[in-house]
Amino acid sequence: MTGKTRGGKGGFGNVSRRNFVAGASALGVGVGLTPFLNRRAQASTEVKVLNWQGYGTDEKWALEAFKKATGLDVVHEYYNSESEMITKLQTNPGAYDVIVTNSAWNGRATELGVIQPIDTAQVSNFADLNPSFRDSPLLNVDGKTYGVAWVWGITAVAYSTEVYKDAPTSIEALWDAKNAKRVSVRDDAIEAVSFAAIATGQDMNHPTDLAKVKEKLLALKPNLAMLWTSEDDWNKQFQAKAFDLSVYWSGSALRSKTNFKLPVGYVVPDEGAVGWFDGLAIGKDAPNAEGAHKFINYMIEPTYYVEWATKVGAPASANPKAMAALPDSDPSKAFYSDEAAIKRLQFMAPLSDQERQDFSDLWAEVKTEYAK
Amino acid sequence: MTPTTRTRWAILSLTGPAYLWLACTIFLPIAAMLALSFLDKSPLVPQPANFTLQNYETFFAKGFNWDLSTKGFYGDLTKWSILLGFWVTFFCLLIGYPAAYALAKRVKGRWREAIFLLIVLPFWSNALVRIFSWTMVLRPNGVMDLSVQALFPGAPPVDLLFTYPAIIIGLVHSYLPYMILTCYIALQAIDDSLIEAGRSLGASKITTFRRVVLPLSLPGIVSGAALIFVPVIGSFMEPRILGGTKGATLGMNIEEQFTVTANWPLGSALSFILLAIVLIIFGILYPFLRRQGGGA
Repeated sequence: MTGKTRGGKGGFGNVSRRNFVAGASALGVGVGLTPFLNRRAQASTEVKVLNWQGYGTDEKWALEAFKKATGLDVVHEYYNSESEMITKLQTNPGAYDVIVTNSAWNGRATELGVIQPIDTAQVSNFADLNPSFRDSPLLNVDGKTYGVAWVWGITAVAYSTEVYKDAPTSIEALWDAKNAKRVSVRDDAIEAVSFAAIATGQDMNHPTDLAKVKEKLLALKPNLAMLWTSEDDWNKQFQAKAFDLSVYWSGSALRSKTNFKLPVGYVVPDEGAVGWFDGLAIGKDAPNAEGAHKFINYMIEPTYYVEWATKVGAPASANPKAMAALPDSDPSKAFYSDEAAIKRLQFMAPLSDQERQDFSDLWAEVKTEYAK
Repeated sequence: MTPTTRTRWAILSLTGPAYLWLACTIFLPIAAMLALSFLDKSPLVPQPANFTLQNYETFFAKGFNWDLSTKGFYGDLTKWSILLGFWVTFFCLLIGYPAAYALAKRVKGRWREAIFLLIVLPFWSNALVRIFSWTMVLRPNGVMDLSVQALFPGAPPVDLLFTYPAIIIGLVHSYLPYMILTCYIALQAIDDSLIEAGRSLGASKITTFRRVVLPLSLPGIVSGAALIFVPVIGSFMEPRILGGTKGATLGMNIEEQFTVTANWPLGSALSFILLAIVLIIFGILYPFLRRQGGGA
């Protein structure tokens, strides 16, 4: 446990709080300073953002461009896990303007009342967003929008184009007896359960028949070559031809193909796949709600996205106009433009602690059987 | 001041800092984890936590096949962890003891220093790096496979990665220096004249070794075995990287309780169950080892 999530008020005496925070954030140690801030200290020339570090919102060139356009300074604070984000919002009410929330967590934040409805009329780019994400029930509750869809990605099936001349279309390829010892999935309870739920025709987030899910995962044993743990691990093993077919992340598949020149194909099976997206939310009693709306609007603008994607590398934008503005040479342009595939995705929704534990136990049990 | 109080003060001032350090860095965190293992919620959750025995019950409820609907897995994981500990300790002893014996009794002078350096060399690199380098050796088309193919063309491909032997190989490599060093210290302390006395009284080389050298070096073997066995039964990184789906240990499940499900109380409870198992094993072995040592 770190001190990062601890609440309480404190002060630094005569040190100017704003200068201190600005300096500390620039050094990358902005985390953990919340207790020392209070709302009065934040003038309306500032937008306070809560996000993962190095995830788009804190690009220096972007903040300079935003300041030029609006006169607003953007100050960052970071979280290292989604539960830490929720804790920060709970212990420091009214401290944050813009919060990056995953589709699985926006609903949880809404339920806890730590984020407020967004006035979409103030976000001029809002209408351009892909309705699949924009109008998702994960971001909209009781007709109110609690999150503006920002970026998204897929967890689906990657295959070796050397082995498969035609892309496998069914998720059942993972279980096909022809692929004995040629399949890999990630060592992750939620991902494994989600995929088995999709394969057994169930709601991925709340499968009603966990016994069926378990049976399906156990049936994977003869085909399983390995469980991968990280993108780097995946690339090495794929290159060593340890497997031909794998459940994999879209962004990583794209990097494996373009940066590492691996013969990787990627497909969203007919039965569907796992989708995720991140939204931009506004904190309850945000000190600068107006500035927050402006910042959100800037974040979904094509000009910003194109620069982020080409300079740094980014997930797909939820704004089709931003995707269209990418240069044609950019591989993600075609990769993410299959509207029919997007429709087949099931999106990650919040899980209860009990579900999390159940999934984890189920996966532990299945892995124990794999090891036998 | 009387001499006794002065001695007492000297002892206190000399050992005090070490004990204070141990108390702060080992005892307090362990006590905190022990307390945590009896709570029903992780400290990350803002709600207050309550006392419960649920976490310990979980181990037994999900450990064994009490009824046919659920397959207990904690029992298997525990069994595999203990077996892994025994195998790794066994191979470390098998390889390490002769090496230590040769080093203590046969090699002299500068060669000894050079060989010592080679033994501790693995400690200079990060454990993760060592394990990853084994994946390059053990995989198909890896160093081992290519060497075998070069020496014996047409030999069947060698693919040890993601097998049980791979985990043993990686762990033995990581922990072997402990066994060599502890055995070396014990063997070096044996006065050569004791061995000569045994030989001059007509005992064969084997008898001298069995009756003189081995019993006297037993403390080194025991401390080496303890230093290896304890961390190995809790290992999670090596089985995951080298074992693939064949690596499943209780340590891996404990790690997941902390990093994946954020169920710290269950993770702590499992850790203490593991600790209890270690203590029980040493409790069983202790009288036996003491008798062996005392009978020399």
